[in-house]
Amino acid sequence: MITALAIMALGAIVLGAALGYASIRFKVEGDPLVEKIEAILPQTQCGQCGYPGCKPYAAAISAGEADINLCPPGGMDGVRKLADLLGREVKPLEAEEKPKQIAIIDEQTCIGCTLCIQACPVDAILGAAKQMHTIIEPLCTGCELCVKPCPVECISMQPIAENIDNWKWKYPVFEIKRAA
Amino acid sequence: MLAQLFRFKGGVKPQTNKTISVQEPIAQAPLPARLFVPLHQSIGGAPNPLVQAGDTVRKGQLIGGADAWVSAAVHAPTSGRVLAVEEHVAAHPSGLPTLSVVIEPDGRDEWIERRPVDHQSLPPERVRELLRDAGVVGLGGAAFPSHAKLTPARSVAMEQLVINGAECEPFMTCDDMLMRERADEIVRGIAIFRELLAAREVLIGIEDNKQEAIAAMHEAVLRLAPDYRVVAVPTRYPAGGAKQLIRVLTGKEVPASRRSTELGVQCFNVATVYTAYRALACGEPVLSRIVTLTGNVERPRNWEVSLGTPMREVVALARPRADTGSFLMGGPMMGFEIPDLDAPVVKATNCIIAASPGLFPPPPPEMPCIRCGACAEVCPHELQPFELYWFSRARNFGKTQEYYIFDCIECGCCSYVCPSHIPLVQYFRFAKSEIWAREREKQAADAAKERFELRNARAEREQAEKAERLARAASARTSEKKAPPERTNAVDSPPAAAAGEPAAAAATDADAIRKAAIAAAMARARAQRELAQPKNTDRLSAEQEREIAAVEARRGAQPATPEATAGAAGSGAPAGPQRGE
Repeated sequence: MITALAIMALGAIVLGAALGYASIRFKVEGDPLVEKIEAILPQTQCGQCGYPGCKPYAAAISAGEADINLCPPGGMDGVRKLADLLGREVKPLEAEEKPKQIAIIDEQTCIGCTLCIQACPVDAILGAAKQMHTIIEPLCTGCELCVKPCPVECISMQPIAENIDNWKWKYPVFEIKRAA
Repeated sequence: MLAQLFRFKGGVKPQTNKTISVQEPIAQAPLPARLFVPLHQSIGGAPNPLVQAGDTVRKGQLIGGADAWVSAAVHAPTSGRVLAVEEHVAAHPSGLPTLSVVIEPDGRDEWIERRPVDHQSLPPERVRELLRDAGVVGLGGAAFPSHAKLTPARSVAMEQLVINGAECEPFMTCDDMLMRERADEIVRGIAIFRELLAAREVLIGIEDNKQEAIAAMHEAVLRLAPDYRVVAVPTRYPAGGAKQLIRVLTGKEVPASRRSTELGVQCFNVATVYTAYRALACGEPVLSRIVTLTGNVERPRNWEVSLGTPMREVVALARPRADTGSFLMGGPMMGFEIPDLDAPVVKATNCIIAASPGLFPPPPPEMPCIRCGACAEVCPHELQPFELYWFSRARNFGKTQEYYIFDCIECGCCSYVCPSHIPLVQYFRFAKSEIWAREREKQAADAAKERFELRNARAEREQAEKAERLARAASARTSEKKAPPERTNAVDSPPAAAAGEPAAAAATDADAIRKAAIAAAMARARAQRELAQPKNTDRLSAEQEREIAAVEARRGAQPATPEATAGAAGSGAPAGPQRGE
């Protein structure tokens, strides 16, 4: 009887120690789900979801505070992927989906106030005080955060034109019956 | 010829239709009124334009310099004047424009100074550079820069150099005619490549439906390099695929997503070898290529066409019949419909086929896949096209990659045999370009995330630094307030201190400190201004100094006192006092 108790107690102590050690040794820093959600988000850092950047939005989704359909740059495709990952229902996007755009500064109008530089979340605007500013196009995520602060309204959003480098083969579509 | 040949799996035997275009020898196509030479003609980097509108160029002059290792230079195909460097429609299935150099030929066809080099006296790196700067790319259709393929693998010795004269695409005969007419140059070019790669053995694979080419090559090899082997390979599409030809000639099977160099084999097209020989031995860069004009035309023939010639003018040479509906670039199996005949002939344009409804009937409607497996039987890469089709159709791109979609060479055998007439290759092209686009987007998103995080870190650091600075200033202020109250009280505001009003005293203290700070800043600014002397005033001649003094005197004359004017006059110039008076 005593032996049995001792064996069980010993087992409990050993296993408890092992579990305790494992919880320290293999502790997962951060929430892996947040990272997975963040990998799906388009990283425009635009704040259109109401959170200051993609990571806070991912954290909010993970905590169940935010819905999965608040990210217009991610589009319906992003919503579908999030729904897939989280096992939630696919919902239509809150805002309308736009084609991918980039900001263009009208360099003639620019007065060099640096307000847009301060607003750009990815440092994609080059310029200095009282100097003309310009967008570094390959770095622009099209978040539109620079459009509002401009006092002379010289920033416009333009859709990215199709060129040979980003051209894609189309999904094959065939007319089943040609109209006579 | 006694060598044992191997078989590649799959393949089809479409009607070859080659005889019509080999009746006449290669002819030189006339120069057009305008040449549109695209700068980006090969795989890899886009060359930078080296000319601008208004420049005169000579034949063979570099107009686009290679901007990376995997990139190839572009040259002016004839002498003339550059009219513009602008966007012009490209020879591409999209019909989108690409940056091109527009040249108006002057008709003189004046060469630059051609410098033939002896490749044996140069180090291999230099020869590869020369080939890149001569614009030598794979002319079989892929247009991959050849010099990048000419570096032997460090770990594996190069055993076989395979020269591809198979030309398996139906209708196409440009390599056939090149081998018949210019076999000597090809064989001499092979020697260059063989030396660069230090290949033990050379195998020239030609499909056995080109007996004249085989005979011509055989004769040239016997004369110039008897240890090369000309091998007739069975005619079966796609025997001209690099991996298929390597399999047939050497028995080596190149594994999925590996390069043939890892197995000690490298493969080049005959036309590529020919241009490499011209580039080194004659100093002539790639300015033209042989294009087969065939199909629904009255005069099918091979033409040597200057790169940049609009296709409209090229096809006119063959006199397309009236019922011609469209034109294909490349063969009927792998080619694409040319969206706009203004597109120029480029290094990848091996064949232009006039298509008519009689020659290529419109495809019957796509039917459901019946899972017959015919596509898997003919796939030369032993893929499972039906699986790839389902996943591409469902846009399940991850799954298509699990089924090795990127090993698909888009040869079109699966579409050719599909009893349901499913355009399988189109689905695979769609899936591949979607995967590439997603990859690009993913990279852009990762970069944006990194920049966002860096920016946030910087903002935090700046905020912390600012807070620290403020704290330090505040502590300095408090210590100052504590330490020298006697002095301020004694000097500035003894009555306030005497009256015992600490609040007022603090206020005056703060004011005094601020005033002192402003005064100090002004003094600093003044000192800086004084330090920043104009740099052009040292080492002046006596005359210049005199002149400056005169000007200074004149400037000082009106508001200044007479003494100052007199002083300035005394120090030098006679003009000063006159004006002053």
